Amino acid sequence: MIWGVLQFPGSCDERDALRACEIHGDGARLVWHESRDLDGVDGVVVPGGFSYGDYLRAGAIARFSPAMEAVAEAAAGGAPVIGICNGFQVLCEAGLLPGALLRNVELRFRCHQVELVEEGSGQRLSIPAKHGEGRYYAPEEMLDQLEANGQVAYRYADGHNSNGSVRDIAGVTNERGNVLGLMPHPEHAVDPLTGSTDGLRVFERMSRGALANQRLTKAPRG
Amino acid sequence: MTVGTPKYRELGLTDSEYELIVEKLGREPNDVELAMFSLLWSEHCAYKHSRKLLSKLPTEGKRVVMGPGENAGAVDVGSGYAVAFKVESHNHPSAVEPFQGAATGVGGIMRDVFAIGARPIALLDSLRFGELDSVRSRHLLDGAVRGIGHYGNSIGVATVGGEIYFEEPYEHNCLVNAMCIGFAKIEDMVRAAAAGPGNSIVLMGASTGRDGIGGASVLASAELGEGDDAKRPTVQIGDPFEESKLLECCLELLEKGLLVSLQDLGAAGLTSSAGEMASAGGVGIDIDVAKVPLREADMEPFEIMVSESQERMLAVVEPARVDEVRAICEKWQTGSATIGTVTEGGEIRILRGEEVVGEMPVEALVDGCPLYDLEPAAPEGWIYGNRETLAPGASAKDELLALLSAPSIASKRWAFEQYDSIVGSRTVRRPEQADAAVLQLPESGNAIAVSIDGNGRRVACDPYSGTIDAVLECAQNLACVGAEPLGLTNCLNFGNPEKPTGAWQLDRAISGLAEACRALGVPVVGGNVSLYNEGPDGPIYPTPVVAMVGELPDPAQVAGDAFVREGDAIGLIGPFEPNLAGSELAKQRGELKMGLPAPDVAAVAKACHTVRDAIRAGRLASAHDVSDGGLACALAESAIGGGIGCRVDLQHLRERGCSPEEALFGEGPGGFVVSGERATLEELGATLLGEVGGDEIEIAAGDRSLTVSLADAERAWRSLPAQAERDI
Repeated sequence: MIWGVLQFPGSCDERDALRACEIHGDGARLVWHESRDLDGVDGVVVPGGFSYGDYLRAGAIARFSPAMEAVAEAAAGGAPVIGICNGFQVLCEAGLLPGALLRNVELRFRCHQVELVEEGSGQRLSIPAKHGEGRYYAPEEMLDQLEANGQVAYRYADGHNSNGSVRDIAGVTNERGNVLGLMPHPEHAVDPLTGSTDGLRVFERMSRGALANQRLTKAPRG
Repeated sequence: MTVGTPKYRELGLTDSEYELIVEKLGREPNDVELAMFSLLWSEHCAYKHSRKLLSKLPTEGKRVVMGPGENAGAVDVGSGYAVAFKVESHNHPSAVEPFQGAATGVGGIMRDVFAIGARPIALLDSLRFGELDSVRSRHLLDGAVRGIGHYGNSIGVATVGGEIYFEEPYEHNCLVNAMCIGFAKIEDMVRAAAAGPGNSIVLMGASTGRDGIGGASVLASAELGEGDDAKRPTVQIGDPFEESKLLECCLELLEKGLLVSLQDLGAAGLTSSAGEMASAGGVGIDIDVAKVPLREADMEPFEIMVSESQERMLAVVEPARVDEVRAICEKWQTGSATIGTVTEGGEIRILRGEEVVGEMPVEALVDGCPLYDLEPAAPEGWIYGNRETLAPGASAKDELLALLSAPSIASKRWAFEQYDSIVGSRTVRRPEQADAAVLQLPESGNAIAVSIDGNGRRVACDPYSGTIDAVLECAQNLACVGAEPLGLTNCLNFGNPEKPTGAWQLDRAISGLAEACRALGVPVVGGNVSLYNEGPDGPIYPTPVVAMVGELPDPAQVAGDAFVREGDAIGLIGPFEPNLAGSELAKQRGELKMGLPAPDVAAVAKACHTVRDAIRAGRLASAHDVSDGGLACALAESAIGGGIGCRVDLQHLRERGCSPEEALFGEGPGGFVVSGERATLEELGATLLGEVGGDEIEIAAGDRSLTVSLADAERAWRSLPAQAERDI
């Protein structure tokens, strides 16, 4: 499994994502935002940070980059795509994921370890979150639909939903399940020295999905 | 400006300084030259009241890669890598506009670090405000914390530590000191000296506007007073996105070997960066202000030369490589313009197109400012106020709870959770997990620890001993995570050095700093001085902030500051002589006065070795230095952090002549609270105090014995958010 990690001006966690992909997978490389070249890449991470300074609205500018056009094509082809934090915001802005991220209820950036519950398995994961605009929001009917479709991937455990996300939602997928967005940072939970290795489970989940369908793991040439 | 006052005085120059400028030029300076001289001859740039004293500091050491005089100091961490670090003040801008003041303080210190070719990997901050019952202090705290978070979080550099104190003397003059740590391959590092006449001067990054004009002379070198709002236009505005692009761009340019030298634009903008580059390289420089990209078309040459617009860097580039440099700037969507050339001879010439609008010898501009001797005199007694906040006759339990909830001692989680402390994947110990931040360096196969400390109240009581105590606390914090100090940097925040008391505080503090560094064998690799920190009510507490970087071989061995296991023994290591002088308890009782006991540096150094070796060998479950609030607060912090109580008896200290309250709340250097196997603690020579366990903090201290439930202690210690967020 080779991952491509997008790099926008203002990305912050792209090197962390690269490192996590290297720990978990067979390798990873950075993909410059102006490039449509996903050659040799099996899956994509849209990393955290403040792409284009988050000016206008978080993720609103990055979604128009050539790299994101390539990611949309790859996603349509079934390749796994993980959007983390700002990457989640970008994927929502790009329409690859449902819903939107609003400012935290407390109106402050907050960085802390949170407990997530993996939907379905009930597995608890300890993963850090760090954001000022991470309050997941979608209209009620859409939320019902997401839950019915099994698109809610992670929820904050009791007492850990500090940003005010609706229905404690921390991460969602597209209908097909190959595109995942989440606010907490699994790439910062891959090394026991820095606190936890629970983030690896998130990468594993996505690569399992990809490997289950080899036909779709190669992103189309852009 | 007042009619009749000479312009140079308005710009902060004295009559004799002006005469010296006229003498060096052989004529009266024009406006461009006067503006440039006034800035480079300000205290902020010329260190004219501190440079002579700073020469006392030891600066040499085997591991020093870059010392004072460069944009940042750097120490060798092995395998061909270096760690660069520097701390700098942004006090006066933050007192006027805390959000932007603090944000641009962070931005500025990062540029210092990447200017030498090091990638910023961590930030720390040392902040001082007035008491939190003042609405102004709450406003400044909130703004500064948001500003630090805004800049550091957005640029993706982890804020891994820091400290905040609240004391009345900072009410009108808060302190915002920002520190940046960088990591570099030694072979990729660059110095700031311009070289090679004929080479191009390239200005990179943001365009130049009117923000921050006169910041260095008007703001940084005069006391704050009435009408500070009128100074708001002199506070710079930060744009972390611009800096993020500029940072990546500069590091790529250096990695590709395209730059001869690099310098950031900080205080005094183009004037100081061009002047200092020319001075360091022994060359001249021509700058054409008509080629500087501007935000406002009608800017005067002097405004362009002194503008403190943020996110700009100046590079010397061989002419053949300018196109390649500009292409990389375009890739990163950051501006670049060739604005001048390196020349032979020692003149700095300012041109507007063909017209010469200023011409000065570099030597006169950069190194010509007279250095002054201070006229120190010790004050008669305690010159600061005293305010009794603790009810007379309070029980020891109430005293402990009052100390734990004192904003200077209480958990700073409220602040540090507003900072990204983990980006970069290096942070092994986050804030409040251990006494020092620990960052892993997989590239060199080891780790560093960093701590920043400086208790101004203690320094006010005795500038010499108090400064030594600050250095010792820093060293102790490193020892708690098993790190050996490699180098020290500092930011000396003081009042007016032209007043006898201010001069005395500065003189004594620098002597203490020199003495402590020499005794510990730690070189001073850089520093910053911020003087004239006074408000209408007088000077701030003299506040030398010291920061140390240490090395440790294996981050996996690092213990935390919290108790870990029920049944572990608790011990005290080190030559701890608790004393109420300068303590938080003395403050709350309104009993502050001059005088501190003299520390025994050699004995503390020995205890640091013991703790460091024990941590490295994995023999201790926890280690925490005894600091503000004394032994009782240190024990409570370890208990709260671990969620386990403790039962201790301070009989041993009492046998050595301490009163019960000195044993509980007395402060001073040299004490470590450790926990682990009883036999191990005995082998290490620790005084056994008691045992970890239960859900109460139980301390026997004669007639001041106390028992506090862990929940009550934690509630007090976690009370900062409620105190900070009142009315905001």
